[in-house]
Amino acid sequence: MYLKHINLLNFKNLKQCELDLTSGINCFVGKNGAGKTNLLDAVFYMSFCKSYFNSIDSQLIHHDEDFFVIQGSYIREDQEDQIYAGLKRNQKKQFKRNKKEYTRLSDHIGLLPLVMISPGDERLITEGSELRRKYIDSVVSQFDKPYLDLIIRYNRIVNQRNVLLKSARGNIKLIESQLDVWDEQLTITGEQIFNKRETFIKELEPVFQKYYRFISGGHEQVSIIYHSHHQKGKLTEQLLKRRAKDLVLGYTSKGIHRDDLELLLNGYAVKKDGSQGQKKTFFIALKLAQFEFLKDFFGFSPILLLDDLFDKLDDDRVSSLIELAGRDTFQQIFITDTQRKRLHDIVKQTGKEHRFFQVDNGEINFDI
Amino acid sequence: MNNSRYPSRLLESAVNEFARLPGIGRKTALRLALFVLKQEVDDVTRFTSAIRELREEIQHCKVCYNISDSEICEICASPKRDRSLVCVVESIRDVMAIENTQQYTGIYHVLGGVISPMDGIGPDDLTIEPLVEKVKSGEVKEVIFALSTTMEGDTTNFFIYRKLAPHSIEMTTIARGVSIGDELEYADEVTLGRSLINRMPFEKTL
Ligand SMILES: Nc1ncnc2c1ncn2[C@@H]1O[C@H](COP(=O)(O)OP(=O)(O)OP(=O)(O)O)[C@@H](O)[C@H]1O
Ligand SMILES: [Mg+2]
Ligand SMILES: [Zn+2]
Repeated sequence: MYLKHINLLNFKNLKQCELDLTSGINCFVGKNGAGKTNLLDAVFYMSFCKSYFNSIDSQLIHHDEDFFVIQGSYIREDQEDQIYAGLKRNQKKQFKRNKKEYTRLSDHIGLLPLVMISPGDERLITEGSELRRKYIDSVVSQFDKPYLDLIIRYNRIVNQRNVLLKSARGNIKLIESQLDVWDEQLTITGEQIFNKRETFIKELEPVFQKYYRFISGGHEQVSIIYHSHHQKGKLTEQLLKRRAKDLVLGYTSKGIHRDDLELLLNGYAVKKDGSQGQKKTFFIALKLAQFEFLKDFFGFSPILLLDDLFDKLDDDRVSSLIELAGRDTFQQIFITDTQRKRLHDIVKQTGKEHRFFQVDNGEINFDI
Repeated sequence: MNNSRYPSRLLESAVNEFARLPGIGRKTALRLALFVLKQEVDDVTRFTSAIRELREEIQHCKVCYNISDSEICEICASPKRDRSLVCVVESIRDVMAIENTQQYTGIYHVLGGVISPMDGIGPDDLTIEPLVEKVKSGEVKEVIFALSTTMEGDTTNFFIYRKLAPHSIEMTTIARGVSIGDELEYADEVTLGRSLINRMPFEKTL
């Protein structure tokens, strides 16, 4: 599957741009603020019906205009698929496949699998546990459809339980028998999610380690440890022990909504110990592991978007990444960089078909 | 439309009342009010008294909490109904739906909703206690749970289940799965998955 042709109107700073793409490596070169990342974001939008960076759609419209349009033609199993995404200010966004509008956007997501790796993904390592749970959820829900329903159900149970705790105003007697039931529900649904997450992390870790080892040259030990209250005995009992405290706080302190991943480099938290390049290698390996999962599930390569990938990495790691990119595992790749010569030398080495595009101040032109 | 001027205060207050009905906006309310004005006075009186009597005279059945014209509803009063079989439902609408199937010969118990703290509904706001009493009296052999398949419905089932567990009665739940006539490819994954888990002997489907 690959994107053959893209046509943009007023998407962020890209006023008008029409490009023929290669099924191999597409390179976008230009100065800071030129519009390289915006182009990748437009491609991301066609897969997920939303921006990678900005959840407010109207802010994606060029400041001086009142609509944007993204159109792409994809080749999937020798068939052409026309995707259209359009938004007018103050209107609902339109999303079409082969001229037919989707009634539910969720029907589209998954049709065009894609993985984006951007410098902002460092937050996966440095920020709170919520982003790491989101990472797990976004990967698992792509190959396990009922998983998302479980998460929705679980979150509702937590909300209901919290409201109940608050409604008691400190008087446990009022809600005790009801709370027993909510605790049970929380445990049953939480356990199903826990089992799926645990299985996933177990499968993820070796794939992640494989990529980390490959990029880093193999001198560093990395591991992912999954932490969940479900590993510490029956959750209903833990909830019971915490009941008095939860009542005061009006908050549920135990359960899979507090799960976390401990990310270790040579036995220490990569968040605290890792250098910039090591952190970057870490999240790149996590994202590549995600890529491999999706590839195995869909049976073909997702599109890979690499934004500023080489920045902060030493020459050895850059060459390893290039060697990876040249493999058959990956098909269509989009890469951005500010240095034309560097990127050109790199991409040449992969032996893959490639095209260069020059990005200047919101304009993109085919180069070689 | 909100600051429309009405030529009559009486018209305006009628529109206000109509607009309180679910699904009725002020435009439709005005249309209804003008329609009423065109009717014969007798017809309108019949209409208003039907509504007044509905509100003033209808009762809730003392046995099952279904709505009824008398203290005990027709279903509970019927000698043909099996009083040892009780189907627990959320609302009167569910009673009507099951009655329409003409398959059920037991009686009902209308809960009046499901437990949902976010909506301010707890067990005491529902008719759970009377159900427990009914079971305690020893007349009931089986309770069938037929609440909606939402998380709150499941939680309510579970709550009642725990209350009734000490009594030796059978507790069952209506089968959940693909509805007859649904094409499999359109059933969502969860429903389809549950239908597979809850599969049943083929002879039972004949
Ligand atoms: N809605 C919008 N309308 C017009 N311009 C916008 C809009 N949103 C963002 N921009 C502009 O897009 C530019 C950023 O583009 P982008 O992030 O693609 O740059 P880049 O080429 O990736 O740069 P870098 O090398 O620094 O990463 C900024 O100059 C910003 O002002
Ligand atoms: Mg950028
Ligand atoms: Zn009755």
